Amino acid sequence: MSDTRVDPAKGFSVESLTANPRQARKERLIRDSLGATALVSVLISGLIIWSLFSEAWTFMVEVDWGSVWDIGWFPRRGIYDIKTLIVASLIVTGIAMIVAGPLGLGAAIYLSEYARPGVRRTLKPILEILAGIPSVVLGFFALEWIAPNVVKTLFGGPAAGSLLAAGIGVGVLVVPLVASISEDAMKAVPMSLREASSGLGARKITTTIRVVLPAAVSGLMAAFIVAVSRALGETMVVFMAGGAAQTAVYTHDPLDGSLPLTAGMTSLARGTDSVVGEGLTFQSLFFVGLMLFVVTFALNVAADRFVHRVREQY
Amino acid sequence: MAKARLIGDRTNKMMVQAMERRAADVRGRVFQITLLVTLLISLFILGVLIVDVVVDAWGVLTGRPGGFLSGTMRSLSGDPKLGVQQALVGTFWIAVFVAVLAFPIGIGAAIWLEEYALKNRFTRFIELNIRNLAGVPSIVYGLLGLFLFVNSLGGLTGGKSIASAGITLAILVLPIVIITAQEAIRAVPQGLKEGAYGVGATKWTMIRSQVLPYAAPGIFTGTLLSMSRGIGEAAPLLLVGAVSGRLGSNPGFFDFSAINAEAFMAMPVIIVEWVQNSGRDPGFAEAAAAAIVVLLVFVILINAAAIFLRNHFEKKRG
Repeated sequence: MSDTRVDPAKGFSVESLTANPRQARKERLIRDSLGATALVSVLISGLIIWSLFSEAWTFMVEVDWGSVWDIGWFPRRGIYDIKTLIVASLIVTGIAMIVAGPLGLGAAIYLSEYARPGVRRTLKPILEILAGIPSVVLGFFALEWIAPNVVKTLFGGPAAGSLLAAGIGVGVLVVPLVASISEDAMKAVPMSLREASSGLGARKITTTIRVVLPAAVSGLMAAFIVAVSRALGETMVVFMAGGAAQTAVYTHDPLDGSLPLTAGMTSLARGTDSVVGEGLTFQSLFFVGLMLFVVTFALNVAADRFVHRVREQY
Repeated sequence: MAKARLIGDRTNKMMVQAMERRAADVRGRVFQITLLVTLLISLFILGVLIVDVVVDAWGVLTGRPGGFLSGTMRSLSGDPKLGVQQALVGTFWIAVFVAVLAFPIGIGAAIWLEEYALKNRFTRFIELNIRNLAGVPSIVYGLLGLFLFVNSLGGLTGGKSIASAGITLAILVLPIVIITAQEAIRAVPQGLKEGAYGVGATKWTMIRSQVLPYAAPGIFTGTLLSMSRGIGEAAPLLLVGAVSGRLGSNPGFFDFSAINAEAFMAMPVIIVEWVQNSGRDPGFAEAAAAAIVVLLVFVILINAAAIFLRNHFEKKRG
């Protein structure tokens, strides 16, 4: 109460409402320090872009571009065939989406439209546990269980790592992601649309497929795009179960082993204790990283647009 | 008149038929069962995963649980001194870095964004930036760590050290901390804030006495979830340079000199290491499975703690 500035002689005036200077200084200091912590995120983005570009630029300027379109990925011998990595990434991502698309979407439709509240309360946390499992664990699982039991038995592939095993592993990893974003999108569809559809005599299946899914399509697109972005950037599963150690000859057979973008980077950093070898080996790491960053960034921005469209609609 | 009644009868009949057919909605049943099956497949995979890992790990975990936790990295899987102690120390320090760096900065940023920031283009840019950071692949953070903390600032961090790894992972989880804390702060009722202003609180007093206590459970849950994400992440550590194969020293948990020593190990990395070793020495697959069980126990304990604390706070509030 000591800092109230009401002078009994003068009575109550506008001045008595202003804070005391010490208090005001403290408030400003707190506001500015909190603002600084928010700027840290901008600083981090800047540092990411700076680190990627500076090293990737050296690579792009100095590399013999013939070696970037060659027979395979042998960075330590100066052969940086980018298409090997890109094709492997596309194969893994494609397989992952074939697995995660139906599983994630089906689970989402069931949880959002069919499951009774009690069932939902039990099943949803289990999906969330799946989402929380570290990717190294799925890498181990893809190599030790999916490869011998699924890839070998069903597809006649190798019992060791392959792009197919890695793709299925990544698919399992992104199922919870697809499921949770799709479910959010369908939950956002107003109940009145479902009621109107039922009122016209539509069955549940018709309401779900012809009314709810089209109404939620923006959100479903967002789920799909985020999942693709996540699958492209997933590292440990493709590194452990992708079936290639440090180098890879170009292949587009899912039953072969190869190096997706992320696995190429990891194996390069992993091969020896420091990244050494041919002159541009270190820089090639950042060049691949830059490509991955640009693609996932574009996908994330696109997904963000779709999510906003859902919010604006309802 | 007679004609009209005829149509009416026919319509009635059709309606009765249509209503009776409802019970035999085959397509609908098949659809629903298919959906349930897709969900059950995911749950089945989770079950198989856990059973597979536990079965593989059984021998090691029941045979010598203490020795495995206190043992160190060895070149042969049959070595009785094989274990995860160095990895536990590394993961412990990474958790400390995440807690000390990512939590205060992330919560501070969330408070600023929700309570102080003007709703203008600059704020929208920062929020968009944070959402994008959350979507950047973890390996790209590894490149940042390699470029910045290992090479550029190597003199400060000690190069390929636990400090470099810890800061990199703190940066990795920062966007998650910010986003979850923002959601928690946004859920604080406007009435509480107005009440605080009404009795003469300054902005910061209002935040400290009303917003933060109310948002605490949500913020806490977010920090715990980001912690479990942080200790399970392997890709950035491989780039920042967790050692392969050997580790000179065997640091204790509170050995501060180990922070910037030029060698470290962490739980997710030791799993990768042993899975790769299993090519030449199959026994390492069992060691890897045992390490996975140890890691999963931590991850699940942290998640359970998050749920428990959230419920505890909510009960108090109710």
